[in-house]
Amino acid sequence: MTSLPAATQKKLGLVIDLDICVGCQACATSCKEWNTQGVSAPLSDAKPRSDEPMGTWLNRIHGYEVQEAGRDDSRVVHFPRSCLHCETPACVTVCPTGASYKRAEDGIVLVNPETCIGCKLCSWACPYGAREYDYPTGVMKKCTLCVDRIYNENFVEEDRVPACVKACPTGARSFGDLGDANSAVSQLVKQRGGYDLLPDMGYKPTNKYLPPRARRDQAVVDPLPKPDGSAMERLFAWADKLMTSAKATAGVNETDLSDRLEG
Amino acid sequence: MNPAYSVILFTTASGAGYGLFALLGLVGINHGQASSLAFGVTAMFVSLALITVGLLSSTLHLGHPERAWRALSQWRSSWLSREGVAAVLTYPVALAFGLIWSGIVVAPQWITPLALASMVMSAVTVLCTGKIYATLKTIPQWHHPLTVPVYFAFAAMTGCAVLAAVATPFGRFQVFQVLLAIVFLAIAGVLKSLYWRSIDTAIARHTIADATGLRGTVKQWELPHTNINFIQKEMGYVVARKHAETLRSLVKIALVIAAIAALLSWLITPWLSLVLAVAALAAATVERWLFFAEATHVVNLYYGLDKA
Repeated sequence: MTSLPAATQKKLGLVIDLDICVGCQACATSCKEWNTQGVSAPLSDAKPRSDEPMGTWLNRIHGYEVQEAGRDDSRVVHFPRSCLHCETPACVTVCPTGASYKRAEDGIVLVNPETCIGCKLCSWACPYGAREYDYPTGVMKKCTLCVDRIYNENFVEEDRVPACVKACPTGARSFGDLGDANSAVSQLVKQRGGYDLLPDMGYKPTNKYLPPRARRDQAVVDPLPKPDGSAMERLFAWADKLMTSAKATAGVNETDLSDRLEG
Repeated sequence: MNPAYSVILFTTASGAGYGLFALLGLVGINHGQASSLAFGVTAMFVSLALITVGLLSSTLHLGHPERAWRALSQWRSSWLSREGVAAVLTYPVALAFGLIWSGIVVAPQWITPLALASMVMSAVTVLCTGKIYATLKTIPQWHHPLTVPVYFAFAAMTGCAVLAAVATPFGRFQVFQVLLAIVFLAIAGVLKSLYWRSIDTAIARHTIADATGLRGTVKQWELPHTNINFIQKEMGYVVARKHAETLRSLVKIALVIAAIAALLSWLITPWLSLVLAVAALAAATVERWLFFAEATHVVNLYYGLDKA
């Protein structure tokens, strides 16, 4: 059913901290690894070892150069992009077959690969580029929030999180119920001013992004100490001069040698 | 947006087919039964062939054409599904109208009600096609008040042109056919010109900073992948400005040629309506190609486009 549920019991999603993401791609590769063998299998690759590799990935990490107003320098922000599991996603309502759906219990947006006809209209309806068409299998793929991990009772509790969250070495990705104001993720969003991407599109994304923190400018080089004319300083100056002239003499020999070799 | 040939062929051919079908309904209301069996059968065949070729070609771009029947299920929320349902419901109406109007089955009292049903079903199907595009908020050039009217105008315009061309060999050429064609050619030309002016002067609503939520001047520093992916292949297509200008001129020239051919087919010889049909269909095809090629999807902001 492509009509949306009136409300979902939970709003499971991710909170991505742009301040501490280092762009290592660990989330993207672990996503690919998990999902090419889980319920999303396969995430096909075409010509992976050629000059033109192409494949289906559910998580893409962009890098942006940001120059803040009134500053001459800029900073790099690493920006992971995946499905935001929107509350009112047009990707679901445009689906003609009912293959795309939003779950009433936890708000996860999924595609049924058995009924998807591969018309690609859902990918047109998504402003975030979250859906990628898998050419060899002819169906649309997207982030499942690792639905086959988060409820998996064969896993120990701490592993029941999406593969990207588990893989992140800096803790830039958090998973939880954003519909519960007291959850750790909701608190994090509140503390850090988490925001929606393209809110005026009206899709009400569940995933939130935490902005990079203000810069502290501590990386200023200390000024060099002024010379004080002490005995020790004069000794070092004499030693420095002696070594410089010795090096210059050696340099002449090296030049001669290289001339001979080249000649 | 990548101009997929199957979708261009589909919307152009089925648009002409539904336009023709609606006009045959009008002919039925005005004149009753078709003036000859051969003309009735041929006209209905051309109309249904255009519609069917269009629908079949639209399934070509599907990953799983064998599952296309599933697309009839989600008419509550999806315009694509509604289009499918409308297209399927049009067939029995078309067959019933075709049999009775052409005179294969004699039931003249049914011509008017079936003709009205034909016109309504054709209009509903074209409306659904236009709405598929017009309701996509992600593509500002499609999420536009003129998208649906332009689809209607081009369907009616090409339908008129094909009707005159089909009627001519049977000696059924009528002046009203070409006069109507000229009216719809003018409407199509005016609406499309207004549309082009509107998308050229529209102020981009989103920037790369909006898309990322980052404050300041945001530029792409590193792509997530070394080769293009599906998103760029499907939605990253950008037609060169100069190239688009040339093609727009081509559409306008084809519309003018069609209008002149329509006029001359009335004044000189009905056979010029064949030129009218070719020029009208050519204009519609190039227009539809541009409709895709000039559409900029918001997702391109994540790939470094500064405004969309």
